[in-house]
Amino acid sequence: MHSIARRRHHRAAPLLLVLALLALITGIAAIAAPTPATATTEASAEDVADGERLFAANCASCHGLDAQGQDGVAPSLVGVGAAAVDFQVGTGRMPMQASGPQAPAKPVQFSDEQIAQLAAWVASLGAGPAIPTAEQVDPELGDAANGMLVFRTNCAMCHGSIGGGGALTQGKFAPSLLETTPTHIYEAMLTGPQSMPVFNDANVTPEQKRDVIAYLDFQSNGSPGGLSLGAIGPVSEGMWAWIVLLGLIIASTIWVGARSS
Amino acid sequence: MGTKLNSAAAGTANYVDERTSIGGFVKFFARKLFPDHWSFMLGEIALYSFVVLLLSGVFLTAFFVPSMTEVHYEGPFATMHGVAMTEAFASTLKTSFEVPGGLLIRQIHHWAALLFLAAIMVHMCRVFFTGAFRKPRELNWLVGFTLMILGLAAGFTGYSLPDDVLSGNGLRIIDGVIKGVPIIGTYISYWLFGGEYPGTDIIPRLFTAHILLVPGLILALVALHLFLVFLHKHTQYPGGGKSHRNVVGLPLFPVYTAKAGGFFFVVFGIIALVASLFTINPVWNYGPYDPSPVSAGTQPDWYILFVDGLLRMWPGWLFGLPTEWVIGGYTLSLNILIPAAVVPALFFGFIALYPWIEAWATGDRGEKHVLDRPRNVPVRTGIGVAMITFYVILVIEGSNDIVANLFHLSLNDITIFFQWGVFILPPLAFWITRRICLGLQRKDRELVLHGHETGTIVRYEHGEYIEVHEPLDEQELWLRVSYENYTPLEIAPELNDHGVARKGYRWDRFKQALSRFYFEERIEPVTAAELEEARHHHDEHAPHGLDEAAEAEQADERLDAEWEQVDGGAKK
Repeated sequence: MHSIARRRHHRAAPLLLVLALLALITGIAAIAAPTPATATTEASAEDVADGERLFAANCASCHGLDAQGQDGVAPSLVGVGAAAVDFQVGTGRMPMQASGPQAPAKPVQFSDEQIAQLAAWVASLGAGPAIPTAEQVDPELGDAANGMLVFRTNCAMCHGSIGGGGALTQGKFAPSLLETTPTHIYEAMLTGPQSMPVFNDANVTPEQKRDVIAYLDFQSNGSPGGLSLGAIGPVSEGMWAWIVLLGLIIASTIWVGARSS
Repeated sequence: MGTKLNSAAAGTANYVDERTSIGGFVKFFARKLFPDHWSFMLGEIALYSFVVLLLSGVFLTAFFVPSMTEVHYEGPFATMHGVAMTEAFASTLKTSFEVPGGLLIRQIHHWAALLFLAAIMVHMCRVFFTGAFRKPRELNWLVGFTLMILGLAAGFTGYSLPDDVLSGNGLRIIDGVIKGVPIIGTYISYWLFGGEYPGTDIIPRLFTAHILLVPGLILALVALHLFLVFLHKHTQYPGGGKSHRNVVGLPLFPVYTAKAGGFFFVVFGIIALVASLFTINPVWNYGPYDPSPVSAGTQPDWYILFVDGLLRMWPGWLFGLPTEWVIGGYTLSLNILIPAAVVPALFFGFIALYPWIEAWATGDRGEKHVLDRPRNVPVRTGIGVAMITFYVILVIEGSNDIVANLFHLSLNDITIFFQWGVFILPPLAFWITRRICLGLQRKDRELVLHGHETGTIVRYEHGEYIEVHEPLDEQELWLRVSYENYTPLEIAPELNDHGVARKGYRWDRFKQALSRFYFEERIEPVTAAELEEARHHHDEHAPHGLDEAAEAEQADERLDAEWEQVDGGAKK
């Protein structure tokens, strides 16, 4: 369980470093009021230009060269912000592998630098939510107990009580959050990817978002009761009772019976 | 030392016996014979898991507070700090995280509960498929059936006690089902919850039911169940020397007492092992009950899943008509009432009455102490498999979101599949099972008449090839020919000699139809005459061939030995 936690921080670290640098360049105002609705374009013109080239080569076939989208194929990306790009590309959901009910997470296709460049270009198209700062997503600063209350009111009906995941209609699903990085969790709440609704800052405040991250981070401690059987509730417990518990005992009845005869 | 101990024991026994005359009982029970088979221990698993439930339950009652008074959590678990909850939930958390060994005992209790019901159902299946419910055991079948229902009640009342979100949602569904009962439903709900759901009375009330009422009834019925087993004597599997008038087995003392005592510790040990390794019912994940949140993966424990499956499967609209009606301002929720109450009642009713249904079909009033091989009663076996199929479909539909997520299927497609499947698959399972049983019976006939294939081919001097068949021994024969050969009931005609319709003709017609359903298509056991004829027929070839095969084999061995010598010499 600790390895997950380690990797989580480790994976996010380079990205957070880049962000910290960008924040330094644009000054204190960006940190004090990171209102996602009016995202700042802190990236250099060079990054934006590189991002545009990457976009044309990898994304434009569906989203169009001007990122306006195509009806029934791909949505317009004007105004989705850097956070949406960082989430979709940073978790491997985009570029989408195949048409389906939902784009699943898969191995990431771009380097962190390329993702930042793509994000910079998309952010330059129109104001949208920015990538959250390291402080905004730091589980240490959140209140896990409040996070539990927020999570179960807003998130648990799809993602399960501790974020183990769950099914939606027509083959769509709410993925497990147990291995998702804090930044991606924050971005998902902010941008509402795929079937997920947007939880804007009026709905779930930035502090509450961080509390949710703290609650999910707490789950990496593992279950106090032993192995968690997927943390998906009584169905896996029942299956376990039949197969392992009753199975072991019936095997021993046969053993006891064999001993006598 | 040894003699001292012996005399002390004898003295104590004598002291007790002189004052209670218990010696006779002990002798009676100790000498009682029991046949031996592993499947006879399935009921024991249920009994022992119940004992484990009682032991662990006593521990838990020492720490559980059955109160719905609101408190704020102050214990060590981080994600609950300061959260408002009932005392019931807070004391469950306290048992889990602050009482030494509390979490282990909680998990033992819950795992044992799941095992208790699983063992009961497997035991019921054994009794069903071997026909152990037949006369004189019909009443004991009913007692066992009632125990199963009480087990469900014990499970459900206990599941709700921690007052977490998951179990609260379960209670919510029960409340909905109760309110779905026409006219009296709302009153029953108010009476049960002491006002509007969820109220503040339900936890103490469930607590009383869970630790006093239900286990008391279970204990009493377990005693009755075991008493009837002693009274009827235990059934036995068919075999040479076993009949409806005897019991072939070993006395209860010392073999079975040692075995049963040891087996209790095996069951307890395996439950404790699983409970120490695997989390069950992590209420700290679900949080204290609040009627508003419902998380994904909200399901009852497995034994109630079939009701959940029925509710998930039932359509809101059927043939263009809604299944919920508003009549004169009153709502009739057929969409809840039928799946959650009517269908389970019919299903369980059929199970409870099954011994009588089969007795009508056979018309046999004799006592049955030798069990059936499932293949020899194809229709019963088919019905059993169809009922299991029906039940399993409901359980899978009750877990449809888990299944959809696990196998990347569409939740909607699974539901539509089972909405049709629940009508199609059980009859299909019945038909397939019956065909397999009939096939196995045919194979038995074949074996009895022609013997085992030995794989030895003999060629005669005149060029004919035959395969040598080895006749079955006495025990093998007995097993395959000694089963009841029921034929469809013959009933008296509708009109008597005077042309007057007789009483009870319609009932007889029903029994005849039932009997035809059971026994119209059957494989008759081999009769003595048939066996004699087959043997006579075989006499022309088989024993003859058998001799020659043996001769040929000896020749082979001789040749092998010679080759070996030659080979050995060459190597040297």
